[in-house]
Amino acid sequence: MSTKHSLAAEKFIQDSNRVTRHDQTFWSVRAKRDAQAHDLSEWEDLREAASQIKKHTVTHLADYLQKFEENATRNGVHVHWAKDAAEYNDIVMQILTEHQVHKVVKSKSMLTEECHLNEHLEKHGIEVVETDLGERILQMMKLAPSHIVMPAIHITREQVGHCFEEQIQSEKGNYDPTYLTRCARYHLRDNFMTAECGMTGANFGIAETGDVVVCTNEGNADMSTSVPKLHIVSMGLEKLIPNYEAMGVFHRLLARCGTGQATTVYTSHFRKPRPGGEMHIILVDNGRSSILGDEEHWQTLKCMRCGACMNTCPVYRRSGGYSYTYFIPGPIGINLGMLKDRNANYHNVSACTLCCSCDNVCPVKVDLSTQIYRWRQRLDSWGKANSMKKAMSKGMKLMFEHPALYGTALKMAPMANILPRWMTNVRMNAWAKGHEMPEFAKKSFHAQWKDLKKGGQK
Amino acid sequence: MDYPLLHVLHRDVEKQFCLRYMKIGLFVPCYVDALYPEVGVATYKLLRHYGLDVDYPEKQTCCGQPMGNAGFQTMAHQLVENYDALFQKYDYVVAPSASCAAYVRFFHPDITNHACKAAAKTMDVVEFLHDVLKVDKVPGRFPHKVSVHNSCHGVRELGLSSPSERNIAPFSKIKDLLGLVEGITVMEPERPDECCGFGGMFSVEEPDVSTRMGTEKVNRHIATGAEYVTGPDSSCLMHMQGVAKRQGLPIKFIHIVEILAAGL
Repeated sequence: MSTKHSLAAEKFIQDSNRVTRHDQTFWSVRAKRDAQAHDLSEWEDLREAASQIKKHTVTHLADYLQKFEENATRNGVHVHWAKDAAEYNDIVMQILTEHQVHKVVKSKSMLTEECHLNEHLEKHGIEVVETDLGERILQMMKLAPSHIVMPAIHITREQVGHCFEEQIQSEKGNYDPTYLTRCARYHLRDNFMTAECGMTGANFGIAETGDVVVCTNEGNADMSTSVPKLHIVSMGLEKLIPNYEAMGVFHRLLARCGTGQATTVYTSHFRKPRPGGEMHIILVDNGRSSILGDEEHWQTLKCMRCGACMNTCPVYRRSGGYSYTYFIPGPIGINLGMLKDRNANYHNVSACTLCCSCDNVCPVKVDLSTQIYRWRQRLDSWGKANSMKKAMSKGMKLMFEHPALYGTALKMAPMANILPRWMTNVRMNAWAKGHEMPEFAKKSFHAQWKDLKKGGQK
Repeated sequence: MDYPLLHVLHRDVEKQFCLRYMKIGLFVPCYVDALYPEVGVATYKLLRHYGLDVDYPEKQTCCGQPMGNAGFQTMAHQLVENYDALFQKYDYVVAPSASCAAYVRFFHPDITNHACKAAAKTMDVVEFLHDVLKVDKVPGRFPHKVSVHNSCHGVRELGLSSPSERNIAPFSKIKDLLGLVEGITVMEPERPDECCGFGGMFSVEEPDVSTRMGTEKVNRHIATGAEYVTGPDSSCLMHMQGVAKRQGLPIKFIHIVEILAAGL
């Protein structure tokens, strides 16, 4: 009955040095984020403003979407609507077919991961080249991202070196980061020059102007859109914000929270097609409008995918992105996974101590831990509750609802102390895996109360 | 009850007067009752030391948090009603366990779907001493070096100290109180409010992550050079104690009220 997360985490933790490296890498990102947050006296006001703006936007979503479409269309952009992943993939394929595209260069987009776009395009004979360095490495290694902002952070430079030796003929045994980056750069340049279409995601869509804003550290979104004449933007409905004033708030938060930088190196604003080119924006729902109707979980729509909740999550840092069944790990991934497919993703709901650190780093104040607590309450009604936890809870209910029974248990409890260690440290007892058993007091507080009261009144 | 005449009296007189007539319900959570009764005893003695009228309703058991966090909040429903019935007659309910106090205050009303009188008056002993009694002297003398364990629910639900994630003026009610203890040296570990990995039944459902987190936390406490880890929540201390004992890590654990009340 162990969850897939706990089993995968057990394996991940066996390599102690890897856990240390993983934990320290993400803790250092958290520390950089803290330094940025403490550097702005208006930090908490910014978070509140961002939270309010997102709440306002998602609760007026239809109006803003319409406005966005009108403005984008006026700018000469083709706007498409996709209700789900299948429809989205078809729209992309249709545009590519019309333009006789053989090769696509892509900047990072979690939405395309969500919709499995790459597989769909490759099935139709189109070559897809990821241009974010981390994503490209993973694509070559045929691996999924383990984090939404730093997708390949779990890969060592030696692993990258081996991969490049095989795939792009880098020098054998040269694992110097600068050298490997240069190899990647030459390799990507060739692809930028020969692709007929550039695809980007969207960090923000601005309703008032119809603009799309993409934030990167490598400039790969700009390269992807500067050579090919065709630009396709994939944008989830929740990426919309009202105007540039709002953009000012989010721009100050995104990189500070995500990587601890004051800003991303590139913030690219796309308004209209290049001369002689074409620009398409595909607005994707894929379950988002149903989330909006979910009283307990609508706040996930405020998320801007900065990854701060993962970096601070003590469980994520020690179990790694691949221990989760959903492609987005950490606190936000636990919640989004459940909203997407609870039967596949209830395994992640155990991956939380309810420490509430995520709630406090989240730049848009999503109530992440409260939502995880709520999912746990519903697991039993779906037949997905952990039977050991259920039995323990039932036992506690019985004992704690009956003070007399509880009193008897208190009196008997110290007998457990004299049980030999081999009897309590059994396999069935998960506590005993890493802990010694606590000792019951010879006399509980209940048993001491009467004497205490007499003494206290003297 | 309002005493309008008091407003013209000296504040200390007012305080003494109110304290005399205040009735405190002592809530000793189930696991403290069974495993760490000395924490309950120290809390009682300390509150009596400040001249308070302290009562302990004997039919109390558990606040329901273990079931709630495990996903069986409905099984806690009756316990929550019992708690409300037992404790609503007091002016304050004081518990020596931050996480339980937080659960009562913030989760009980949602479980019952009605306002819980007792929940609104429930406080952890640290915030009660710091915010209500506003103590400036404590009886304890403790000539030892301690490392403060900032429990998650104490920090991020009750606000016993400023969460490291937030840009707010730093404060710590725990360190304020420990600072009043004669002879003590107070330290904080690196990553002062990172979770220790207990999480109630998290520790049995995800034992590997829980143990790993606990081990790191204990080692960070040890790195301060402290002899004791102290904090407002015996459940975190129990978890770390279990991990430390298994691995033979050299540090002791003590609840903060035992230090504040040392010698009573």
